Order: sequence, then C-alpha cells, then structure tokens
Amino acid sequence: MSFDPTHDEPLVCLKDVHFAYGERSILKGIDLSVRRGQVVAIMGGSGSGKTTLLRLIGGQLRASQGEVRVAGSDLSRLGRNDLYALRRRMGMLFQFGALFTDMTVYDNVAFPLREHTDLPPEVVRDLVLMKLDAVGLRGAGALMPAELSGGMARRVALARAVALDPMLIMYDEPFAGLDPISLGVVGQLIRRLNDALGASSILVTHDVHESLEIVDYVYFVSDGRIVAAGSPDEIRASTDPFVHQFVHAEIDGPVPFHYPAEPIAQALLGGRG
Amino acid sequence: MMGRSVSFVRRLGASVVDGIWRLGFATRFMVLLLVYSGQSFRRLHLTIREIYFSGVLSLLIIIVSGLFVGMVLGLQGYETLQRFGSGDALGVLVALSLTRELGPVVAGLLFASRAGSAVTAEIGLMKTTEQLKAMDMMAVSPIARVVAPRFWGGVISMPFLAAIFSTMGVVGGWLIGVVFIGVDAGAFWSQMQAAVDFRYDVLNGVIKSVVFGVAVSLIAVFEGYDCTPTAEGVSRAITRTVVSSALAILALDFVLTSFMFRG
Repeated sequence: MSFDPTHDEPLVCLKDVHFAYGERSILKGIDLSVRRGQVVAIMGGSGSGKTTLLRLIGGQLRASQGEVRVAGSDLSRLGRNDLYALRRRMGMLFQFGALFTDMTVYDNVAFPLREHTDLPPEVVRDLVLMKLDAVGLRGAGALMPAELSGGMARRVALARAVALDPMLIMYDEPFAGLDPISLGVVGQLIRRLNDALGASSILVTHDVHESLEIVDYVYFVSDGRIVAAGSPDEIRASTDPFVHQFVHAEIDGPVPFHYPAEPIAQALLGGRG
Repeated sequence: MMGRSVSFVRRLGASVVDGIWRLGFATRFMVLLLVYSGQSFRRLHLTIREIYFSGVLSLLIIIVSGLFVGMVLGLQGYETLQRFGSGDALGVLVALSLTRELGPVVAGLLFASRAGSAVTAEIGLMKTTEQLKAMDMMAVSPIARVVAPRFWGGVISMPFLAAIFSTMGVVGGWLIGVVFIGVDAGAFWSQMQAAVDFRYDVLNGVIKSVVFGVAVSLIAVFEGYDCTPTAEGVSRAITRTVVSSALAILALDFVLTSFMFRG
C-alpha cells in the first residue's frame, strides 16, 4: 500500500465511479474529491446513492467501474490486510452510533485502542478520558449504551471513531433523529474534532442548514450522479433548480411530488369508460 | 398451463441457484472461521466468556432435564424389565440409554434451543444494529472477534453438558429405581459398572456430543451472521437455527450410531 504524504493530492478521490446492486444501477459516473483538512458534505434525497458512496470510500463495497483512491491507494487493488491497515487510519460514525451494546461507554471508546495498540491500560485510560472529555461525556464512562439518549450515543460513537486519531472521518447521517440542541452539539463537534486532528471529514446528510454551517464544500447527488457542487455560500446563492428545491425544502421541482402516473383526469374517468 | 410450468421451472431454478450460492457462502464462512480461530484462541478470555454464556448458563436446564429424563427412564425401564424378572438390571438400562443416546441427543437439542438460539439472536442483532459493520470498519474482523469465540465456546461446552445430563439422568434413575421402587442398590450399581464399557459406550457418547456441538454451534453462528438485518430476519434465523440443529442432531446421530454400535 502506498501513502503519498504530499498535501496537494486530495485525500479522497473518486473518478468516474459506477456501482450497481445486481442489475440496479446506483452510481452512474461519480467524480468527487476531498482535500486534507476539509469537511465535505454529500447531500441528496433518500435512495440517491449517498450511503453507497460512503461505503465505497470505506472499502466496504467495490466500484464496478472507475477508481476510488484514499490516501493515494486505489481501493480496488488492496487486499484484505492492506485495506484493514488503511481503515486503521479511518473513523466512521454510523447512523445510530452502532455502539457495542455489551460494553460500557468507556469500553466502547477503548475498543480500537485495545485492538490495535499495545498501550498499557493506564495510557488507554488517559486517552479514553481525553476522547470522552472532547465530546463532553467524561462522566458517562460507566453507562451502558442502552442508558444513553440518541444524541449521547452519537457523541460516544464520535469519540470511538476518533480514538486512533484518524486521517479521515466518515459520518453516515450524523444528525438523523436528534433534537436541536444535540444537533448543534454534534455539528460543532464534527468541525472542532476535524480541525483539532487535522483530519478530513465526509458527511452524508439530509440536514441542509446544520451542514452548511460547518462544511467547506458540498456535493449534491441525485439519481447516482453529482448534480451540483460548491461552497456553502455558493450553494445558498445557487439558482440551480435541484439545489434550490433541496435547500429550501420545496415540495415540487426537479424531484417531483408525484410518483410517475397517468394524468389524474384520465385515471378517474378511465375506469368509467 | 404453459405459463405456470415456466413459472414453476423458473422458481425451481432460482431456489437451486440460491441454495448453491448459500452453500458456497457457508463453506467460505466455515473456512474463514477456522482461519480466524487462531486469533480467537490468542485472546482466550473471549472464548472463556462464551463458555460461560453457552455452557454455564445452560446448566440449570440440563440438570433439571437430565434428572427428569432419568426418572422417566427409571419408571418405564422398571415397568418393562420386571415383566421378565430383570428389575435389577435397571441400572444398566438407564446408564446405557443415557451414555450412548439420550445424553448427547437430548443435551444437544436443549443446547440448540437454549444457547444456539441465543447465539443466533445476539449475532443477528449485532448485524441489524450495524455493530459488525462498525467492527469491520475499525479493521477488526467480526469473524475473529465475535463469531469464532462463540463457535468454540459452544463446541467446548457441549460435551460437558452432555456428560452432566447423563450423570443427572443416572441419579434420576437411581432415585426412582432404588429409593422409591426398592431395587437393590448393590445390584443397580454393580450391574451398571459391569455392563458399561468406557471406550465403547462412554467415549462414543462423548464423540457424539462433540460432533453435535460442532454442528449446532456452526449452524447458530452462520444463521446469525447470514440473517437479513431486520427484526423479521433475526426471528427467522433463530427458527432456522433450532429446526436445522434438531434435524442435524438426529441425522448425525443415526449416521454415528450406525458406525459406532454395529454389534
């Protein structure tokens, strides 16, 4: 596995990526790049292929065509060991945290440290407390995941995702189901942790307003293609009909309100011959 | 008529292809399980924890069931034997029935429904809540960390559970035969000691229980790992674990018995 430390090359680079589940085409030629230090959002409607994109970057899926490069490595050429070596420098926050339910909050955050390092327990303890402190949950170490609220679980998962100081952090719907306070907290943590670690972050999200507050760049995905991209200011000022509909939550537009069907008059009268 | 035939052939073909695909996946899973077992044994505490969950927590049901099965054997056995004036041979009947057949088979069935279903549910729920995926993304193999310890925990527990089941069965038979019915205690134990051969009876029973342990544990971890990640998918996987394990135990028992006890 090669690792190019030059900061000019994007950390993540997708070129003409296609992906299909069987005969159902999900991604149809995606070009995307994430530079070091950037926080990038990937937005789009449900079923547009956002999460698939994140799985391709994490190496959980392989592109049927095109190239996915992370830290200079072409993921399609990596064997299992090399992929695992690369993943040790990645963190991922799943939609509902995916905390290990048979472990305490402390053990969840300590898990990657215990699995991948030979650090003595005292050092692991200090690191875990620092990570938990960074997400404001130093006092919750003894709790079990079932005792946490949705927002707290997401923060613990965030602490676990950054336990090994990754170069790339991926977030799958980090704001889903959170109350406004938790949403703001998680949003600020994503930005602060990214800057503190000097990492790059990729968010897959529906939450336009919170995301535009914290990200450096946005890609809009629709029907398996990138349909718009730009900085938050460019996105807010965009006159592109899709972006406008998405950002302003309009019910009709390029994404139609109605599922394709014959005209209603024809449907109503058709049956009466 | 033609349309129905085509549809039938198509469904049949699809289920055959699906079956072959699943068989291939199961084989690959088994190979990976064996490959990652080394890693699992290096962190022995994980396997010991699973021995506790699969073995120690199954003790109560095994002890109670063994006792009742032995008591029933005592009643039924004495009822039949005394017709031929052989009531004193009750100990032999109870011990041979348990060590050769009932111990491994009934303990295996109980193990499948108590521990096997729990293992499937646990792994299935971990899959549903993306815990396995999270582990994989942290560069930790779920097969090494989650599956292999549960598999070996089951394999190691099963022979001990079968032995405890048989022991409790003998105690149950003694309780009914000697204490309640009044069979001579000396005849009960001495005939048992004379008739039961360690290698032929006990060891073959142990081999059976190890084979059942491998079968049940493999089915349980595979069904959990392969389940559809939904509530319904986990529920179906648990059902498949119990049904497949029961069928596997009974079929394997016939095969093993036909090789071991040919008279």
